[in-house]
Amino acid sequence: MNASILAAGILTIATMAMAETPVLTVLTYDSFTAEWGPGPAIEKAFEAECGCDLKFVTAGDGAAVLARLKLEGTRSDADVVLGLDTNLTADAAATGLFAPHGQTVATNLPVAFNDPLFLPFDWGWFAFVYDKAKVPTPPKSFEDLAASSLKIVIEDPRSSTPGLGLLMWVKAAYGDRAPEIWAALADNIVTVTPGWSEAYGLFLNGEADMVLSYTTSPAYHLIAEKDDSKAAAAFDEGNYLQIEVAGKLASSPHQELADKFLAFMLTESFQGAIPETNWMYPAVTPKDGLPKGFETLVIPSKSLLLPANEAQALRAPSIEEWRAALAR
Amino acid sequence: MARRAGPVTRAGRAVALGVAALTLGTLLAVLLRAETASFGPADWSALRFTVLAALTAATLSVGLAVPASRALTRRRFPGRGLVITLMGAPFLLPVVVAVLGLLAVFGRSGLINRTFEVLGLSPVSIYGPHGVILGLVFFNFPLAVRMVLSGWQAIPAERLRLAAALGFGPDAVFRHLELPMLRQTLPGAFVAIFLVCLTSFAIPLTLGGGPRATTLELGIYQALRFDYDLGRAALLAAAQFALCAVAVGLAARLALPTRFGAGLDRQVERWDTRGWVLRLQDSVVLMLSCGFLMLPLAMIALRGVEGLPEMPASVWPAALRSVLVALVSTALCMAATVTLCAAISAGPAARWIETAGMLPLAASSLVLGTGLFILVHPFASPERLALPVTALVNAAMAMPYALRLILPAHREVEAAFGRLSDSLALTGLARLRWLILPRLRPVIGFASGVVAALSMGDLGVIALFANESQATLPLVVQQLMGAYRMPAAAGASLLLVGLSFALFWICDRGGRRHAAS
Amino acid sequence: MLRLDRLEIRQGDFRLNADWQVAAGERVAVIGPSGAGKSTLLMAIAGFIAPERGDILWEGRSLLQVAPGDRPVSTLFQDQNLFPHLTVAQNLGLGVSPALRLAPVDRARMEEALIRVGLGGLGGRRPGELSGGQQGRAALARALLRARPILLLDEPFAALGPALKADMLGLVSEIAGETGATVLMVTHDPADAVAFAPRTAVVAGGIASPPADTADLMRNPPPALAEYLGRFRA
Repeated sequence: MNASILAAGILTIATMAMAETPVLTVLTYDSFTAEWGPGPAIEKAFEAECGCDLKFVTAGDGAAVLARLKLEGTRSDADVVLGLDTNLTADAAATGLFAPHGQTVATNLPVAFNDPLFLPFDWGWFAFVYDKAKVPTPPKSFEDLAASSLKIVIEDPRSSTPGLGLLMWVKAAYGDRAPEIWAALADNIVTVTPGWSEAYGLFLNGEADMVLSYTTSPAYHLIAEKDDSKAAAAFDEGNYLQIEVAGKLASSPHQELADKFLAFMLTESFQGAIPETNWMYPAVTPKDGLPKGFETLVIPSKSLLLPANEAQALRAPSIEEWRAALAR
Repeated sequence: MARRAGPVTRAGRAVALGVAALTLGTLLAVLLRAETASFGPADWSALRFTVLAALTAATLSVGLAVPASRALTRRRFPGRGLVITLMGAPFLLPVVVAVLGLLAVFGRSGLINRTFEVLGLSPVSIYGPHGVILGLVFFNFPLAVRMVLSGWQAIPAERLRLAAALGFGPDAVFRHLELPMLRQTLPGAFVAIFLVCLTSFAIPLTLGGGPRATTLELGIYQALRFDYDLGRAALLAAAQFALCAVAVGLAARLALPTRFGAGLDRQVERWDTRGWVLRLQDSVVLMLSCGFLMLPLAMIALRGVEGLPEMPASVWPAALRSVLVALVSTALCMAATVTLCAAISAGPAARWIETAGMLPLAASSLVLGTGLFILVHPFASPERLALPVTALVNAAMAMPYALRLILPAHREVEAAFGRLSDSLALTGLARLRWLILPRLRPVIGFASGVVAALSMGDLGVIALFANESQATLPLVVQQLMGAYRMPAAAGASLLLVGLSFALFWICDRGGRRHAAS
Repeated sequence: MLRLDRLEIRQGDFRLNADWQVAAGERVAVIGPSGAGKSTLLMAIAGFIAPERGDILWEGRSLLQVAPGDRPVSTLFQDQNLFPHLTVAQNLGLGVSPALRLAPVDRARMEEALIRVGLGGLGGRRPGELSGGQQGRAALARALLRARPILLLDEPFAALGPALKADMLGLVSEIAGETGATVLMVTHDPADAVAFAPRTAVVAGGIASPPADTADLMRNPPPALAEYLGRFRA
């Protein structure tokens, strides 16, 4: 008798749990969910139409998100992972934790992007940002920059995604000549910071003439601070792309809901929030176009992007090249 | 000696085991999840740089702290208390904030270079190995001053009076009273600072000017956050522990225990310091030290004040969480440290217990956090435990500082009053309440302040565990900086510094007021 | 009875042997050259130094395994007899209850003890606010309160002037008489021994000799004592 009561009890609890609102857990980087990030608006919009509870779990940045996922493995509570970039996708795919999204959506990326596991949600070009008053004639290429006496701050490729992006940029543009370019840039580099924040902070404090950031960075100063003094330099050899993606986990018990979220990700209510919260280009341009101010941004003539598996294979040797060239 | 292993001693051993489990156990947890591990040539050069930078910075910090703390002991001037309190400030700053403050003074467009420009001198660059040393010294010199200062204050008034009666000049006082004190105090301070420098990576990297200035901790960060190479992270962390063990061992050989014996709590007065050369020397030392520490702080304050109105509403709940975590950490840390001291004074296995207490200094908070994550994740949602785990880890990470501050004072008390207490059967909690706590009140107050402020500024573990509704203030600062909001970040940093400082001040004052009454 | 049974104390190269006993309620002076081990002998009895060999017994029971605070002993050290951060009353209270849980009757006894040693009304002072003599009296008041059967005096009054010291010794005599305590008193002053202790143990050359009649000893000192006494010999 006791056993049957217990069984009945378990059954009741189980039905109760199923009757509750399902929770969709999204693992993402922490600035995405900040008060000023896209998270709050997106959460509200998605919950209005999904009849579910959207919960964000955060890690420091894209790389930290992936590291966290690897730590959790198949036991992860997350259903969707959002915020990896194209330098990390090959590594992420290799974990075998992701399930195909099975969706085809027309996006406005400057390059073709088709990945069975990952859908893009925003993108941007890496670029050196400068103050127009202090740098009247910005360099047009890495070689230009190396020949100039301009001082730059860059991020460390061993600890930050933009740093790694820069490494791939030089590699994509110059191939085997990359070490030579780094050696030539050595005297321009004021210092190498652990992350984007420190580099950008140093730049704003006047420690360098240029900083490695994005072509969209000046939009923040223009729109949020009404300051049009900043600009980004387009390079003749092209600027490297960063594409941020999301994917759903095979271990998720909420496959349908996860699909719904990925589809929602490429609709107006998600995409419209991106430009002025994440300060990147949305993967699908909103109906009314980009916010006013984005039209002032420089558009590089050429977009560079290494295929995900090539980027992964190049990472370790490129870091070694970089270290050797700068350590001299 | 017929001393029994009372409950306090047993508790102290339990604390030591707990700390060892937390530091070495988490390392083991990471190692067990790893597949391979190797130590490449880049790691060897990182090891070399780390040790050299830490040695230089620790030598300079401790070396400079001797004249500075000596001047502070010998001189009475208005605002002296404030200077001593402010000495704690740089150590308590979040690294990013401190680096920006340093650059506002020493950077390419900092105060010094702008002055040079006006004077027609060529600019100096802070970036490079010397910048790394400057940054590390900025952080650790004040800590060294405070550690040595408490040593100086531990010389009983009776001994100084005796010295005066014997007509000792400054040199003789130095040789017979101050030198023995320094031999006891400096090795501990040196090791503590050496270890802090050993595990830093943001300062070396940012000010180092490039990959030459790579430390082991950066390698750990890279391995954990970027390459997910747990084996390499564990190996590098183990190398840090090995260095720590060597340093602690050497310090124990160098340190000579001194027994000044106890005084009767009389007001300390110095008779050996009246010459004008000494006065001048002390004034110059004090002015230089204050300038070096205060200018960057002033710049941080200036920037922060402008940013205060820009702060988003989320800073306030984050600030509250930070303060609560800091208070819990402090209470935990003090309870654990005092029990640890009691167990060390009780004798058996003292060296081992002390070493266990110092272990967290060499621990990488990243490895520790990751290890805890691996251990906790199968059983509970990390988010749910974010704040308790942060409080616990902060308490453990701050313990070596508390231990270095409290242990020498504890030993003095035991040396002076141990026999009397034993003869009165004053043991266990009663000894704690009627002897240890009242005698140690000033140093416990100061140590609490340091621990509270360290916990306020810490980022190590919370970033790994917390979700958006549990962010602490340093995390919010980092998020603001990551979203272009530098002015708001400067404002929030100022708030963070202000709160850390307020906590520090309240604890420190609390301890000292009781001591005076 | 306090019995030192073939006791041997070793500290590095230093060695001290004793094999004798003292009857309950007896007063014994311990005299000898400086560094001979007078204090060491007392500290072994008090429990701070573990002997190499032999035993220390009180009423037939070995004290070796007993912690200092639990031995039937009150000790007055050369210095540091009071906690400077506590009031005189608290210092006395710790002698009654280490947790300072004091019943009204304890407080009354403490005040009595203070009055008895001439410190009535000074319980609220801290040691730093007392004179040397008053500090000695406070420590003595605590010993009076603890009423342990053995009282060890390790020259606690050495720093006091002759008149003051005589007063204090008088006070110790009275108190010891009242409590029936066995007293061992280290001194370097033969006059103290003569005035205070009917019997005296000489400590010299690594041996603590059995107590002998003080007056006899002074009249007819053994060689070790004679050397120490020097001018008294003449």
